[in-house]
Amino acid sequence: MYEITEKISLNPTVTQMSIHAPLVAKKARAGQFVILRVDEKGERVPLTVAGRDAERGTVKIIFQIVGATTALLDGKRVGESLADFVGPLGMPTDLDELHDVCVVGGGVGCAIAMPIAEELHARGAKVTSIIGFRNKDLKILEKEFSACSDSLTVVTDDGSYGEKGNVTLPLKAMLEGGKRFDKIIAIGPLVMMKYTVLTAKPYNIPVTVSMNPIMIDGTGMCGGCRLSLDRGGKRVTAFACVDGPDFDGYEVDFDEAIARGKTYADHERAAREKNCNLFKKA
Amino acid sequence: MSIKPEKHQMPTRAAAERAADFGEVALGYTAELAVAEAQRCLHCKNKPCVTGCPVGIDIPTFISRVADGDFEGAYTVINSASSLPAVCGRVCPQERQCEGKCTLGIKYEPVGIGRLERFVADTHNAKDIKPERPEPNGHRVAVVGSGPSGLACAGELAKNGYAVTVFEALHAAGGVLVYGIPEFRLPKAIVAREVEGLAALGVEFRTNVVIGKTLTVDELFADGYEAVFIGSGAGLPKFMNIPGESLCGVLSANEFLTRINLMKAYEEGSATPVRRARRTVVVGGGNVAMDAARCAKRLGSEVTIVYRRTEKELPARREEVEHAREEGINFEMLATPVEINGADGNAVSVTCRRMKLSAPDKSGRARPEPIEGSEFDIPADCVIMALGTSPNPLIRNTTDGLAVHEWGGIIVEDGTGKTSREGVFAGGDAVTGAATVILAMGAGKSAAKAIDEYIKQYG
Repeated sequence: MYEITEKISLNPTVTQMSIHAPLVAKKARAGQFVILRVDEKGERVPLTVAGRDAERGTVKIIFQIVGATTALLDGKRVGESLADFVGPLGMPTDLDELHDVCVVGGGVGCAIAMPIAEELHARGAKVTSIIGFRNKDLKILEKEFSACSDSLTVVTDDGSYGEKGNVTLPLKAMLEGGKRFDKIIAIGPLVMMKYTVLTAKPYNIPVTVSMNPIMIDGTGMCGGCRLSLDRGGKRVTAFACVDGPDFDGYEVDFDEAIARGKTYADHERAAREKNCNLFKKA
Repeated sequence: MSIKPEKHQMPTRAAAERAADFGEVALGYTAELAVAEAQRCLHCKNKPCVTGCPVGIDIPTFISRVADGDFEGAYTVINSASSLPAVCGRVCPQERQCEGKCTLGIKYEPVGIGRLERFVADTHNAKDIKPERPEPNGHRVAVVGSGPSGLACAGELAKNGYAVTVFEALHAAGGVLVYGIPEFRLPKAIVAREVEGLAALGVEFRTNVVIGKTLTVDELFADGYEAVFIGSGAGLPKFMNIPGESLCGVLSANEFLTRINLMKAYEEGSATPVRRARRTVVVGGGNVAMDAARCAKRLGSEVTIVYRRTEKELPARREEVEHAREEGINFEMLATPVEINGADGNAVSVTCRRMKLSAPDKSGRARPEPIEGSEFDIPADCVIMALGTSPNPLIRNTTDGLAVHEWGGIIVEDGTGKTSREGVFAGGDAVTGAATVILAMGAGKSAAKAIDEYIKQYG
C-alpha cells in the first residue's frame, strides 16, 4: 500500500498529493509518469510526476477532478493509502543542451510543466514561462513558476487574471518581436499543444509536447496509447507509454489524438453522473 | 475388452448458457470418467506421447496411476516434470503435442491426455495440501515477470532452497494467465492458487515493480541477487498499418483482453470501462483471437473472426475453435482487412479482400495471396487486432551486454536460457516471441536448473 503523506487543494478542481513510494521517488525524472489504482476495484490511471522527494521517499502528483476515479482519489485523506502506485514510466523529458527555453503550460498541464521549468532553471537555462487557465479561480502554481522563471506570463480565457486570451497570444507576440528559443516545451490540453505547434512553425523553433492518452498497463503491452507520427512523410505508429510521453510536436497527428481521446467519453460522463452527488436525484 | 473409439466426453456447459457469462466452459472429468478414459491407453512400448510433450511428462505412468485410482500418485508423476498442471491441462494445444502423437490416434481418437492431466491436478488441488518449505540454501535469485516462465522458474528454484523474489510490473501476479487468458477458459482462482502455492514455498512476490524502469537488472545484482531470470513476456501489440486503424473502436487484443480479464470491466463495480459493441470483427486465427472473440460474444456482441488462411491452418487450439463455433462466432476464412471505415471518428465497417492459397512453399506453408477486386464490407463498431506482439524494449534498453535478435527477442543458449550477460537467464515469449504457456513453462524450468548449476559453480 502507498500512503498519502500530504494533500493540498490547489483550486476547487485541482488537488496535489504526495504519495509514499520510495522506489519511484528515487528514480522519477521530470516528464515521466506513474500509474495508480485508488482501490482494489479501481482503474489504472496514468498521472505525470509533478515532483519527488527522494529522501522522504515521496512522489508528488497533481490531478484535476474530471471523472469518477479522480473524484474517488480526491476523497482520500492524508494517512490513507492507495492500492497501487507504479513507475516511473515513460522517458524523461530531454533537457540536455538547452539554454533558452519557453515552457508553456495549460490548466492542469502546468503541474507537469512546472517540474520541467524547475529542472531547466536548476541547470542554469533561461526559462520563459507562459501559463494559461480558463479563469482566475482555476489558476495554479503561479508562485512556483515565478520562482523558477526569468519571465512569467499568466493568461486567462476570460481575462479575470493576467492577460486575456490563450497561451499562444503572448508566445506569438514574443516570436513576432524577434524572440527565439532553443525549444518550446508545451504541456496542456491537446488543442493548446496543437496551436502552440502551429504558432511556432513559421519560426522553425522545435516544440516538445507531452501526450497523455488512454492506457492500461503503461509498459508497452496494451497498445491503447498509440498515436500516429508523421516522420518525413511516412506515417509511423508510436506508443506514448514507452516511446513518450514526450514527442516532437511537428510529428504528432493531434486531430487523430483528439478523436481517440473520446473513446470512453460516454462512459466517463455516465460514471461521473452516477458518482457525483450533484446528479443524484433527491 | 474392446476399446472405445472416441475420447470420453468432458462435461461442458451448454453453449447458449455459457456464452452469456464468464464462468468456466468445460467442467472436467468425474473420477469414473477419468478412470475409464485412462483405461483407453494402450501402454505402447515407444511412448510417442512423451516425445510430444515440451516438458517430457511421463504420460503413460501417470495414466496408469489414474487407471488404478491412485490420483495423488498420478499427480506426483506429472508434478515432477510440470510446475503448472492445472493450467497446462486446460490451455496446452494437446492435439499438436502429446495427443497428436498418441498411437491410439492412428485408428481412433487419441487418449484424452489433457483432460486427464486437468482431472489429476484439480483432484490434487481440492485436497489443499500445503507444500513443505525447504531448508534455505542461502542464495538469492530474482525473477522478472510472474507469467508461466517466471512462475515455473521460481517454483523450481524455491524447491531447491533458493530465496526467490518475483518482480511483476502489473498489480497482480500471473502474467498472461491473468491478463490474457479469459476466466471461462482458465479460472483466475486456479492461477491464484499456483501463486499462493509458490508463496507458501517462500517465494516473495513484488507487484508494481517494472524492471527496466523502477529497478534495473544491474540494481538487482547490486542488491545481492546472484542470478536474474527474465521472463518478461511478449510486448508491443502488432497492428496492420491499414487506413482507419486509429478510429475509436479499433484496439489490440491485448488491450481488449486486459480490460476484461485483469480489470474485470464486465463486472458491476469495476471502474475500468470496455465498449459494448453491437458487431465485432476479430482479425487473426490464434488462441488470442479466439479468446477475444468469445469475450466479445459474452459482452453481447455479434462476432466475426477474419482469418487470411483456411480452417486447417488456424493456429488456435482445436477445442477453442470448436467452442467458439458452438457459441455462435462467425468465421470469415480466406479474407484480410484492407481498410477500416469510420463515421464521426468511430469504426463502422471493415473492408476485406478475399485471399487464395498459393502452392505450399519450401517450409510447406501455403501463402495467402490477395484476389484483386474481391473487396467486401463487414459492418463492425469494434475491430480487435489479434496479430501477435513484438518484444518489449524496456529491459533490453536498460541492460548492458544483453544480446538481442534484430527483431528484439533475447538471444539465449538452447536448453539453459543463458544470455550473453553473465548471471542473466531468460525464457518464454521474451525469447521466442508469442508462443505457448507450456513452452514458456518448460523454458523457466530448464533455466532454473541452469541457474542452480551456475550458482553452485560460482556462488
